[in-house]
Amino acid sequence: MTLLELDHLTVRRGECPVVDHVTLPVAAGECVGLIGPNGAGKTTLMRAALGLEPFSGTSSLAMLTAVERARTAAFLPQARQIAWPMDVETLVALGRVPHLPRGTAPGAVDRAAVDDALHRLGLDGFRQRIATQLSGGEQGRVLIARALAQQTPLLLADEPIAGLDPAQQIATMQVFAGLAQEGRAVIVSLHDLGLAARHCTRLILMHQGRLVADGTPNQVLTPELMAQVFGISIWRQDSPLGPVLQPMGVL
Amino acid sequence: MAVRTPLIIVLLSALTALFFLSVIIGPAGITMADTLRALLWGQGEAATLVMREIRLPRAILAVMVGASLGLAGAAMQGYLRNPLAEPGLIGVSGSAALGAVIVLQTGLAAVWWLALPFAALGGALASVLLILLLAGPRGSSLTLILAGIAISALAGAMTTLVLNLSPNPFAASEVVFWMMGSLSDRSFDHVWIALPFMIIGWILLLSLGRPLDVLTLGEDAAATMGVATGRTRLVLVLGIAACVGAATAVAGAIGFVGLVVPHILRPFVGARPSSLLWASALGGAVMVLAADLAVRLILPDRDLKLGVLMAIIGAPFFLHLIYKTRGEVR
Ligand SMILES: Nc1ncnc2c1ncn2[C@@H]1O[C@H](COP(=O)(O)OP(=O)(O)OP(=O)(O)O)[C@@H](O)[C@H]1O
Ligand SMILES: [Mg+2]
Repeated sequence: MTLLELDHLTVRRGECPVVDHVTLPVAAGECVGLIGPNGAGKTTLMRAALGLEPFSGTSSLAMLTAVERARTAAFLPQARQIAWPMDVETLVALGRVPHLPRGTAPGAVDRAAVDDALHRLGLDGFRQRIATQLSGGEQGRVLIARALAQQTPLLLADEPIAGLDPAQQIATMQVFAGLAQEGRAVIVSLHDLGLAARHCTRLILMHQGRLVADGTPNQVLTPELMAQVFGISIWRQDSPLGPVLQPMGVL
Repeated sequence: MAVRTPLIIVLLSALTALFFLSVIIGPAGITMADTLRALLWGQGEAATLVMREIRLPRAILAVMVGASLGLAGAAMQGYLRNPLAEPGLIGVSGSAALGAVIVLQTGLAAVWWLALPFAALGGALASVLLILLLAGPRGSSLTLILAGIAISALAGAMTTLVLNLSPNPFAASEVVFWMMGSLSDRSFDHVWIALPFMIIGWILLLSLGRPLDVLTLGEDAAATMGVATGRTRLVLVLGIAACVGAATAVAGAIGFVGLVVPHILRPFVGARPSSLLWASALGGAVMVLAADLAVRLILPDRDLKLGVLMAIIGAPFFLHLIYKTRGEVR
C-alpha cells in the first residue's frame, strides 16, 4: 500500500530550484532514510510533501484536509521547539490532538498511545519532568515521542537523531525500523551513513535538490556515489553483525 | 482542557469576595446591611441609586475589563510564544485609545453611541495587524518589543496631536484623565456598550485553546497536527481587538493586566496555554477588582486612577520578566 506519492515535486526559491522534480512513492513497511549534504533539500522536500511550503507537482499528503493529513502523517521538524515549561507527559499527549474531536477529553486509547510512545523512547521515568528543563538530547527524544503518539501510518522525521548519544541513536533508529515492520512507513533524514546502512530498508540520496539515487542501502552507499555527492571516501564491509560503513576522509 | 480544580475554586472565591467588597465599600458611608437591602429590595431611595447606578456597574465593569485584558494577554502570549507580549505594552491599548480619543474629540461619540467602541476596536485591530506584520509569528522578543515601542510611540504621538489641535482645552483635559484608565463614574450604559464586543472577543479567544497548546511545538508541528494557522491568526487578531478595544472604550488605557496575570498563573496550570486562557480571564477580573478597590481605599479623596496604579504594580513585574528572559532575548 502506498502511503506517500510525490510526483515531480519542485520547490523554487526565486529562480533556483531547491527541490527539483522529485518523484517518489513510499509504501507501508518501508523505513526510508533521506541522506544528502547540508543544503541538499531534505528539509524542504519533507515540508513541501506535507504542504507546508508552496511547490509545483503533486504530493498525495498535501491534497488532504488539515485534519485528514494530521491523522495520516506526523512530522518532527528539524528545529526543536518547546515554548512553555510543560511536563513531558502533557507535551507528548499533544500528539493526540488530531484524534480528539472538539471538546472531548483524552480517553483510554489516547493514554495508551502516550504510554506506548514514552515507553518506546525510554522516557518512562521522565513523565513529570518539565520538558524545557531537560537536556538537548532528552528534549529531542520527547519530541520524537510526541510524533509517535500521533500514531499515524506515516512518520516524517527531520534529523531526529542529531544530538542523541550513541545508545539513543541506535535505539531511536530501531524504533523507526520497528514501526516499519509493524506496517507503517517512516521517512527519516539523517547524516549518519553507518546508521542509515544498518537500519533503513531504503535510502534516498539527494544532491542540490535532485534525487540522485533511490534504492537499498547497498545500492546507494557506493564509493562512487559517496565521492560524487559528499566528496568523501568510505570503508564498507559486510560483517556477521550486518553492514558496517565508515566515512574515512574528505576527497 | 479544564483548569485544575483547586485553582478555579480559588479564583472564583476571590472573584466573588472582591465583587462583594467592591459593591459594599465606598464613600457614601452606607452600612453593609443597608447596602444589600438597597441593592436587592430598594425602591428608589438614595442608597438604592448609589448601589444600582454607581457601584454595581463599576464592579461589573471591573470584572468585564479585567477578564478581557487577562484573556487577551494570555492569548497573545500563547500565539507569539513569548511571555513579554501584552496588548497594553505593545501599543494595542494605546491605539485603541487613539481611536477613542478621535471620536471623543470630534463629538462623534455623542452622536452615535457605538462610535466609541467601534473606533477603539478599529484602533486595536490596526495595531494588532501591524504587530503581526512587523514581528511575525516567529518573531523574536526583540522584534516584538521594538515593534511595540514603535506602535506605542506612533499612537501616543497621534493622540497628543489630536489633543494638541483640540479647540476646547477643557474637553482635552477630560480626555487626558480618561486615558489614564479608570472605572469611576461609569454607568450601565458603559456595561451595555462594551459587553457585546467583549462576549464576541471571549468566545473567539477561548476557542483558541487547542491551537495555542499545539503551537507550543512550533508552527510547522502545529500545522501538521491539524491546526489551521491562518485561521488561528485571524481569530486571534479579531478576538484581541474586540477585547482590548471594548475594554479601552469604557475604561481607558489599563496596561499590564495581561502581562502580570498570565505570568503569575502559568505555573499553576502546568504552563498549558489552553488552561491559561480560562485562568487568566478569571485572574484578570480578580486583579482589576482588587486594584479598583485599592484605588478607592488608598486615596479616597484624590481620585487615584486605576491605570496609574496598574502601571505602578505592573512595571516592576515587566522589569523582572525582562531580567529573567534576558538570556533568551535575541
Ligand atoms: N528560508 C529560506 N530562504 C531561502 N533559501 C532557503 C531557505 N531555507 C532553505 N533554503 C535553501 O534551500 C536549500 C535546501 O535547504 P534545506 O533546509 O532543505 O536543506 P537540508 O538538506 O535540509 O540541509 P541540512 O542537512 O543542513 O538540514 C539550501 O540551499 C538553503 O540555502
Ligand atoms: Mg534540514
